[in-house]
Amino acid sequence: MSQLYFLVQQTMFFAIPLLIVALGGMFSEKSGVVNIALEGIMIIGAFFGIGFIHYFQTSFSNQQLVLLLAVLVSGIAGMIFSLIHAFAAIHLKADQTISGTALNIFAPAFCIFTARMIQATQQVEFKNTFRIKSVPILGDIPVIGELLFKNTYLTTYLGFAILVISTIVIYKTRFGLRLRASGELPQAVDSAGVSVYKIRYFGVLISGFLAGIGGLVFVVPTSTNFNATVAGYGFLAIAVLIFGQWRPIRILFAAFFFGFMKTIASTYSGIPFLMALGIPSYYYKITPYVATLIVLAFVSKNAAGPRASGEPYDKGKR
Amino acid sequence: MKKLIKNENILGFASSLIAVIIGLLFGAIIIYIANPNVAFKGLSTLIQGGFKTGAKGIGQTLFNATPIIMTGLSVGFAFKTGLFNIGTPGQFVMGAFAAIYVGVKWTFLPSSIHWLVAILAAMIAGGIWAIIPGLMKAYLNTNEVIVCIIMNYIGMYTVNYLIPLSGNVYNSMKNQTSYLPSSAIIPDFGLNNLFPGANGGIIFAVIFVIIVHIILNKTTFGYELKACGFNKDASKYAGINDKKNIVLAMVIAGCLAGIGGALVYQSGAGKCLSVVDELAAEGFNGIPVALLGLSNPLGVLVAGLFIAHLNVGGFNMQIYGFIPEIVSIITSCIIYFSAFSMLIRLFLSSKSRGHKKEIVPIETEPVNEGGSV
Repeated sequence: MSQLYFLVQQTMFFAIPLLIVALGGMFSEKSGVVNIALEGIMIIGAFFGIGFIHYFQTSFSNQQLVLLLAVLVSGIAGMIFSLIHAFAAIHLKADQTISGTALNIFAPAFCIFTARMIQATQQVEFKNTFRIKSVPILGDIPVIGELLFKNTYLTTYLGFAILVISTIVIYKTRFGLRLRASGELPQAVDSAGVSVYKIRYFGVLISGFLAGIGGLVFVVPTSTNFNATVAGYGFLAIAVLIFGQWRPIRILFAAFFFGFMKTIASTYSGIPFLMALGIPSYYYKITPYVATLIVLAFVSKNAAGPRASGEPYDKGKR
Repeated sequence: MKKLIKNENILGFASSLIAVIIGLLFGAIIIYIANPNVAFKGLSTLIQGGFKTGAKGIGQTLFNATPIIMTGLSVGFAFKTGLFNIGTPGQFVMGAFAAIYVGVKWTFLPSSIHWLVAILAAMIAGGIWAIIPGLMKAYLNTNEVIVCIIMNYIGMYTVNYLIPLSGNVYNSMKNQTSYLPSSAIIPDFGLNNLFPGANGGIIFAVIFVIIVHIILNKTTFGYELKACGFNKDASKYAGINDKKNIVLAMVIAGCLAGIGGALVYQSGAGKCLSVVDELAAEGFNGIPVALLGLSNPLGVLVAGLFIAHLNVGGFNMQIYGFIPEIVSIITSCIIYFSAFSMLIRLFLSSKSRGHKKEIVPIETEPVNEGGSV
């Protein structure tokens, strides 16, 4: 049983950042802008968030407050960085893949450069004092307490909160409707007197905010330093987004599927049951990718992605 | 018509040049902020690149340029058909593994053809790795970008799984592949004497640049590929098999990236493939090269040499305490502005042609230049 608890707790560390970043990607794509720069935005977010922790960790007695503030810093850094992409993609109608690629190349170089200019090494160190051993009261519930409320991080619950808020925003608010419309048929939004540019800016900025947070959420539980990389999680999040068919609840399942397989691949040697099966970790490692390919093969014919995604909005176009 | 094409090429070159200048200016500002005292020395070292250290430096530039020219060709070739081949890291590493495997294992081959067979193996492996994105794009309308990204990871894990299982290919002490026998090393055609550090790889890269140039500009097949990239529906209407062309374009792009892997690891420079869960950087570095070279094979050659030149310059800058990552910052800036300049160019050319273009294709030359076909 303790192994199961361990597996679930570990899965959270991998799945939650994927969930947050994929939801971010969803906001951008729903508004009609392809955001391939998620990886770069995660790196920038993590860099500033971890940097904040590095400098201010000891100034606060409440470590959870430090983490929350760091989350905010990461989000804002990611949002500002994504503005570069939004400007190119929306106002200048540049090729969205190209400007996204530029951001992806810029981010790690910037982080290494800045870190080494300020300190000698490129790694930004921090002390992991954010782990919650057991949530008061809730942690004492049998089974569920063990699964969800022990050895956890505040960011895990933040991830679920973002999921709930995103679902409501996308499906239950006027803004959500406009956002979805500008990714499907921007002309309709325009004819209703709403600025497509504005909606798309919001979409990209929200995705930048969430991707920035996702970068921090990925680094905090799994490391004690930030080395200018998020190990391809931004690209993985795009896979999760498509696997999840641009829908929040399905993205949740996709993220947990990916997270679970990642966990098994990295921890299976410590689990006697899986060791006994004798399957090399290679198969666990490639399973989420192969599964995504299979899902893509089945769903692509009638693609569920936003129809106008990736197309710059041109008022004069009929 | 001829004049128009010429204009387009000049425009394209000019816009790339503007992007490069803006990128370098941006880099200069960052260098100045980082350390004003030696900023000028640092910048001049960067711009001198490989020339700073003479023949040896040029050799380094050529060695650095070889893989990114190949992956740049790969990305650029796919761009011409309207595909974004971001799968070069996977294709590159598959090619590298195939070349190393054949290089170490197939020593029964006569030494005059051993290295050539290894390159061929890399080409096939890279091509195979690109079949899946091609087929899925053509027949299932799947976004090739995401399939390519997925194939990158599968390729990386597959190679890391296969290397330790391949007997004497694996050097378990260093957790990397073993050194190749001399018969698997690409001959350097005397280049190493001229520019120490350079090898025959760059000659092959140039040969492939010429081959791709001929395919794209002098053959019916190349014309069909470009037509598909420019307007899929129109080319379909004209009787071109767009599905076949998409698959073929992807496979050829994969072959080029695969060869890139062979040229690096068969260079005889003692480089070995390490077993680490990291995507091949040479693959991703082909993207800026292709963008800067406007997907034109000759442009890719120039862009590859230029970025390699900057990389060597960035390396040399370290003696003044600067960090070589400055080159990536400049590169990203160049790409960002090349995304705009493409727009400016389209705007200018559409003005001169007297009608407004509605789509912004990655394609840079008018496809109708081959109208005689």
